[in-house]
Amino acid sequence: MRGRDMQAAAEGGRGAEGGVSALEAPERRLVARYQSGLPLAPAPFSEMGRAVGLSEAQVLEALVRLRERGVLSRVGAVVRPHTVGASTLAAMAVPEAELERVAAQVSARPEVNHNYEREGELNLWFVVTAADEAHLARVLAEIEQACGHEVIALPMEREYHIDLGFDLEWTR
Amino acid sequence: MDALTALDPRDRALLGAIQDGLPLVARPYRAVGERLGMDESEVILRLARLLRSGVIRRLGLVVRHHELGYRANAMVVWDVPDEEVDAAGARLAAEPAVHLCYRRRRHPRWPYNLYCMVHGRDREAVLAEIEAVTRRAGLAGRPRRVLFSRRRFKQRGARYVFEEPGHASA
Repeated sequence: MRGRDMQAAAEGGRGAEGGVSALEAPERRLVARYQSGLPLAPAPFSEMGRAVGLSEAQVLEALVRLRERGVLSRVGAVVRPHTVGASTLAAMAVPEAELERVAAQVSARPEVNHNYEREGELNLWFVVTAADEAHLARVLAEIEQACGHEVIALPMEREYHIDLGFDLEWTR
Repeated sequence: MDALTALDPRDRALLGAIQDGLPLVARPYRAVGERLGMDESEVILRLARLLRSGVIRRLGLVVRHHELGYRANAMVVWDVPDEEVDAAGARLAAEPAVHLCYRRRRHPRWPYNLYCMVHGRDREAVLAEIEAVTRRAGLAGRPRRVLFSRRRFKQRGARYVFEEPGHASA
């Protein structure tokens, strides 16, 4: 475990190999237990530590380590879509030779929070979140103009499955 | 939309202050409150209320699936008749392998209206899972596309609060 951990750390701190199986046991317990239900008490990390057998300082160290390795995006809130601001999934068909440049232009917008290359003719997929519908429409139009490709907006109409975080079961 | 009307300016400011995450310090709610001119107890009460009303879906460790070990990540889309899509979505959502499931508006260039994400360790396992959930959800006869992710250019939490031009204070 430790060897794989060190290997992951050596690979740019991104945990490029191993995934959850390379996590130290305390980090793993924290991820398994606290993707939701962060204690709403003045010292939440102390409470979390009590639940998983760590000191407050050890919890904070583990979280900093997870963040440095890129496993942890943040300790914070996942907000229900369309309750604050406006958002949409969007897609573009970008010739391969232009993809790096266009992707960088799209990613540079602070309103874009996910941006992936996917297989298929529509090969660049991104999520735009803005303060309101007018702001959203403006951002989509500006991306379309700056990149020179049609932006296909695919707004969500209904959600069937809520985001509860990731299951760690399969790593056993 | 009831949640939206319940969102007062202090709630909005609070969500904006934590959109990059809580500070990793012993008293994170107090630290956030200090930036906003709120007591620690007000921060906690407002977060509790936002959770209860459903504006905040979850509060906790937000992890990246790739770094967690999910290396094969597919978005799967189907074109389902409008009158059947909600039932199919509900069946898909009940599948353990399905991580997110949405109905989205169709587009002239993209007729698909039902979306889900399936994550796994390798491509073959994910493809097998997609076949299985497609069959169980009654979607075997529907047009389908499977879009595995290739490069990730950006992944981070959404921004809900933006500085307006000319108001670059705070």
